[in-house]
Amino acid sequence: MRVALFLTCVNDTLYPGTGRAVVKILTGLGVEVDFPMAQTCCGQAHYNTGYRHQAEPLARHFSEVFTGYEAIVTPSGSCGAMVRELYPRMGERARAEGRGNTLAAALEPVVPKTYEFTEFLVDVLGVTDVGAYYPHTVTYHPTCHGMRSLGLGDRPLRLLRAVKGMELVELPGADECCGFGGTFALKNSDVSAAMGADKVRNAEATGAEVLCAADNSCLMHIGGTMTRLRTGIRPVHIAEILASTEEEPAV
Amino acid sequence: MSGTFVGMPAFPKAAHDAVNNPTLRGNLRHATQTIRGKREKAVAELSDWTALREAGKQIKDHALRHLDRYLVQLEESVTAAGGTVHWASDADEANRIVAGLVKETGESEVLKVKSMATQEIGLNEALAAEGIAAYETDLAELIVQLGEDRPSHILVPAIHRNRGEIRDIFAREMSEWGRPAPEGLADTSAELAEAARLHLREKFLRAKVGVSGANFMVAETGTLVVVESEGNGRMCLTLPETLISVVGIEKVVPSWRDLEVFLQTLPRSSTAERMNPYTSTWTGTTDEDGPKTFHLVLLDNGRTDTLADEVGRQALRCIRCSACLNVCPVYERAGGHAYGSVYPGPIGAILSPQLRGTQSEIDASLPYASSLCGACYEVCPVAIDIPEVLVHLRERVVEGGPVTREGTKVVLRPAKGHAAERTAMRAARWALGRPGVLRTGQRLASRTRRLHPRTLPGPGKAWSGTRDLPALPDEPFRDWWQRVHGGEGDEK
Repeated sequence: MRVALFLTCVNDTLYPGTGRAVVKILTGLGVEVDFPMAQTCCGQAHYNTGYRHQAEPLARHFSEVFTGYEAIVTPSGSCGAMVRELYPRMGERARAEGRGNTLAAALEPVVPKTYEFTEFLVDVLGVTDVGAYYPHTVTYHPTCHGMRSLGLGDRPLRLLRAVKGMELVELPGADECCGFGGTFALKNSDVSAAMGADKVRNAEATGAEVLCAADNSCLMHIGGTMTRLRTGIRPVHIAEILASTEEEPAV
Repeated sequence: MSGTFVGMPAFPKAAHDAVNNPTLRGNLRHATQTIRGKREKAVAELSDWTALREAGKQIKDHALRHLDRYLVQLEESVTAAGGTVHWASDADEANRIVAGLVKETGESEVLKVKSMATQEIGLNEALAAEGIAAYETDLAELIVQLGEDRPSHILVPAIHRNRGEIRDIFAREMSEWGRPAPEGLADTSAELAEAARLHLREKFLRAKVGVSGANFMVAETGTLVVVESEGNGRMCLTLPETLISVVGIEKVVPSWRDLEVFLQTLPRSSTAERMNPYTSTWTGTTDEDGPKTFHLVLLDNGRTDTLADEVGRQALRCIRCSACLNVCPVYERAGGHAYGSVYPGPIGAILSPQLRGTQSEIDASLPYASSLCGACYEVCPVAIDIPEVLVHLRERVVEGGPVTREGTKVVLRPAKGHAAERTAMRAARWALGRPGVLRTGQRLASRTRRLHPRTLPGPGKAWSGTRDLPALPDEPFRDWWQRVHGGEGDEK
């Protein structure tokens, strides 16, 4: 099986370790991974801030880059939801505005083939135990778009429960948003920071060393709050935990 | 739409004070978290919740699609049952009609059933200007009125107050409005409720005019429905001689049968009760029973304009349960007053800018008062996709576009103050459309990473004031990929 890795612009720029972890896991499971170099950004920040028309060319670009792969895998619930849930909506809106079917048609080949990383492992590959070893106490934050838009459910937890050496502890108020919300963090920084601080205090109460999630954008916000509040908890993307082995343990 | 809190600052500024008020945050957190847990249990008891939610959505959408037909039918039914129907296109007209009707009775005071529509139009203030006193009888509304405060929640308008604060308000203010609070009033629920009961009882028995809203209006029979928990509403609906109901036109449902759905979903969503304690229905007038005169004021006030918007119209499905407020992490921290509208929380953030337009500072900021986490959509018993409408309204704010105002299509210009953001978004879109440019930027950022400050100047301060920035990696992923997997890359 040959899949394309849609890493997302944030991961590409700031969290290349997540990308390397995804490649390691997928390759280890016998999947042929390609990273189309022309990929950039799904356009979510534009769309969600109200610049739908600026997001459209990015969606078209996404489609040009990723059409033709058996599957497109992304380690971001949020960007995955952008493609799966909001791209079709953009196509419909363009049609409703009398601009014809071209956007919808362009997006059609990529939308149903796009999977969030944990979803791809569990649903497409049928794997919940990737042979990981991670000797730490970990708590899991289900991110909003992964949980509500994509409906990831307990897939990430099933993967985490199979990790050897790891203690998984429940996060109080797990379903609550961390307060990132893209440009929300800038436009309503007081509320965003208060939400982040509550999330971090809840994580602290678990006694975990690591807070993991399937989205680095949320982890950037939570992690930035954690270091500012000097908690000592580390934010880690779930892919990096799953890529950790006894031979090559992640720190 | 009046009811705009005059001089209201934009949401982020209004929220700032609430976030930094520990008493308020404590009150809100306690209240919303309690009701949130109870609601979840009450909803989980029904095995057909998903079907009920879908049915509620369908009934509302159907009624809205044929609103003209059902409103005419409603008018005919109400008239046939002995009531009188008045049509009000905006707040001023509605207030004028109600004030005129009260004056015709010769009375100078009215008793009120808790009603969002009358708050929306600022009826109490308008009546006061005409020398008519309006007394709120819902316990929480009474607290707000006595405290000269503003409601901060749709269902629990005094949610921002704790019992100690309420005791102080009662002790200080009740005597100004009627029966004073008993000496040595304690701040227990029982004593506070008893003080309110005695205070209100005198008013109920004296009142000649009642003013209400309605949760539903049944077109086929001309029946109005109010659901409530305290019984004060029923007193106001049955004791006075004249009853005036002010109701938004979107509250019409075709038939009695439709109530079956909403009388299950509304109480469970709002108060986490299986059934609300009081469901009052009234149809016109009846000799020897209840009010002798009944007036229905049908309120538009921006609703038909909202209906013209194909994305935003779903906000009119709202049955005012306030489940979205109780589950919203932004509401929980910012409080209801920050929304600058009688409709706070997620539903307020999409309803107010549609009813009032997006021109004012507060209305232009409301669509951004959300992290788009989607919890509001998940709990909404009529499946209003609030995040979808928020994004739609954000577009209206930053890009302008066609809207309907007073029945006429107009093209809005983008709101002021977004020029820098618009430029940044365009620049980002330009760069992101060109992988080579993105890559150059990433490399530059990585190679200069030791020079980057941990706090940011300008708009970035909003981030770095409370959060550290992530450290930049040695190389972006794409450079690693190319190093390891080779290939010149097919970027253009």
